[in-house]
Amino acid sequence: MTIAAPPPVVDAPDEAVHPNDEKVGASVHRVLSAVPTTVLWALVVLWTIPSFGLLVTSLRPGSEQFGSGWWTVVTNPSFTLENYQNALFDPPGGSVPFAEAFLNSFAIAIPGTVVPIAIACAAAYAFAWMDFRGRHWIFIGVLAMMAVPLQMSLIPLQQLYTGGAHLTLFGTTFILFPDLDLNNKPIAVWLAHTAFGLPLAIYLLHNYISSLPKDVFEAARIDGANHFGIFWRIVLPLAKPAIAAFAIFQFLWVWNDYLLALVFLSQNRDASPLTVQLVNLVTSRGQGTELLPAAAFISMIVPLIIFFSLQRYFVRGLLAGSVKG
Amino acid sequence: MADVKLEDVNKVYENGFHAVHDLNLDITDGEFIVLVGPSGCGKSTALRMVAGLESISDGKLIIGDRVVNDVHPKDRDIAFVFQNYALYPHMTVRQNIGFALKLRKTPKSEIDTRVEEAARLLELTEWLDRKPGQLSGGQRQRVAMGRAIVRRPQVFLMDEPLSNLDAKLRVQMRAEVNRLQHDLGVTTLYVTHDQIEAMTMGDRVAVMSKGYLQQVDTPQHLYDHPDNLFVATFIGSPQMNLVLGTLDLGGADPHVVVGAHTFSLTPAVLAERPALRSHDGADVVIGIRPESLEDAALSDGRFPSTIDVVVELREGLGSEVVAHARLDAREPQVETAEKDPDAAFTGGSGVEVVARLDPRTTVKVGERATLSVDVERLHFFDQASGLAIRS
Repeated sequence: MTIAAPPPVVDAPDEAVHPNDEKVGASVHRVLSAVPTTVLWALVVLWTIPSFGLLVTSLRPGSEQFGSGWWTVVTNPSFTLENYQNALFDPPGGSVPFAEAFLNSFAIAIPGTVVPIAIACAAAYAFAWMDFRGRHWIFIGVLAMMAVPLQMSLIPLQQLYTGGAHLTLFGTTFILFPDLDLNNKPIAVWLAHTAFGLPLAIYLLHNYISSLPKDVFEAARIDGANHFGIFWRIVLPLAKPAIAAFAIFQFLWVWNDYLLALVFLSQNRDASPLTVQLVNLVTSRGQGTELLPAAAFISMIVPLIIFFSLQRYFVRGLLAGSVKG
Repeated sequence: MADVKLEDVNKVYENGFHAVHDLNLDITDGEFIVLVGPSGCGKSTALRMVAGLESISDGKLIIGDRVVNDVHPKDRDIAFVFQNYALYPHMTVRQNIGFALKLRKTPKSEIDTRVEEAARLLELTEWLDRKPGQLSGGQRQRVAMGRAIVRRPQVFLMDEPLSNLDAKLRVQMRAEVNRLQHDLGVTTLYVTHDQIEAMTMGDRVAVMSKGYLQQVDTPQHLYDHPDNLFVATFIGSPQMNLVLGTLDLGGADPHVVVGAHTFSLTPAVLAERPALRSHDGADVVIGIRPESLEDAALSDGRFPSTIDVVVELREGLGSEVVAHARLDAREPQVETAEKDPDAAFTGGSGVEVVARLDPRTTVKVGERATLSVDVERLHFFDQASGLAIRS
């Protein structure tokens, strides 16, 4: 459109249509751009409903739970904390109280997270920044471990824990792994979780640590730091986001693990975690079923707290300002 | 303080790349030496060998009076300033500067005093408790300097420390680094690819190319007496002009023929360059600095030798006029430093010459002009070896 010429009369209908087109275009754009958000919200609602239902059910008296669905609370509200009370401190039929199992879970999940991270940090630093023979192949070997299925190693592991490993050559027996009688002790689960968590931990941390700027390491060397000094004062603080990210994964994995705890700890009820106790809550005579929703919810609380308290490490870039840019 | 001596230092990488060839360099106590050269010339490798960040394949490195080839970087008593500062991002400025002292288990009170002293010197006092991420480029650069000076090392090693700064800040920091080095009197080895930095900062400048040291000298001497074509064309902006000429020293009037022009060589020129005699009758490369050319109309006949050129570009800078012109002469086929990007004015026959003229000049683009040549300031080079023909 030119400014100087007055619009001819024939153009008038065109002009009338044109702004309308623009309006339609704008509203189409608005609708389309809202689609991802809408879909996401729909998914959030869809996936939250079962958890919400669980929460509501856990708060209803046992008789009501069996009588009607949780959505009937809208018309017939009746809530109680009795289920939580019983699950935590007074389960039927001599099951282990959930309060105890809760502590057991911590006793497994904290070492099961801290130990692999401590080892993996040191290993990742070594693979990334220390020059030693065979570094490349050892690293590939570690990564290849990720392909080993957990289930495949359960029986060998259990044999190792209960009898150790021996090799008899020419009449002489060599002890490859001593019989430490680890089965049914928490350390059996710690070791298993450490072993299965390490490859991924080393891989993730190695990727992060090897991307730290080389100059910073050289500066530290000139400033007089040895490998341990660089690791302790430079790498660990800088790798915090990656460590936190992996810690969340590993903690949730260990906390929610049922299989390893069942295999290595089920004979020791005083040490078994929430996941194992949750199944034992219902007695053979069917008592305690009404406690299951409450117990399940208790076991969910910790992962939620962990996630929300550490999630900022996912987004925080700690590297700003190290090198220019 | 200490002097630094490199004796036949070589660097051969594992993949066989020979980065530094037989480098010999004598840096006296308190001297500021600039290593300059195009990228990939081995200057950074040389610096990193002095720092101990690269191993020395062959040769001897002496700091003070001890051979330090196999001494750990931290025990060489050197400080290194990196191109991209390499600050520790999770530490405050105070912790960054004091890190080396802390590792040496210096008492806390002494660390504080020394860090604050360094901060005062660098005007960083008010930023001491900030993290590097909250600082500007210039401030980060100063923190990197602070980290170096707080240790009171024998030697400063700097690897293009100013190249990440914008042009204005770079000029400012250039002066600041110079002042600091002068005040502290610490032996300094400074690497840059920027010849202006080299010329303005160094007590002496060492020019490197392709792993070989080309020449070490004071900036002015380097400019006035380049040893070879590489140094001649690398130092100076705009670049030295090169044309091919034929020497004819036999007659009563010794001269050199450049295209259709003849430059008479005065007795002074020949006396200063006795080796010219041995090239009589041969083609030589003649180097003409842009400022050795002047608009003939303005030079009052001081310079009898002249060239006729066609002006192709005229850049008025106020204080001078830089004229790019075409001279009908032969272009030497020799290896030189990379051309100035702004002088890459190729095409057409003859040789492109760049002249820095008096601003009163009346030369116009597309027209012919006569430029006088200061014959006494010509440079002569052997065409085959590229070496200066002097004595």
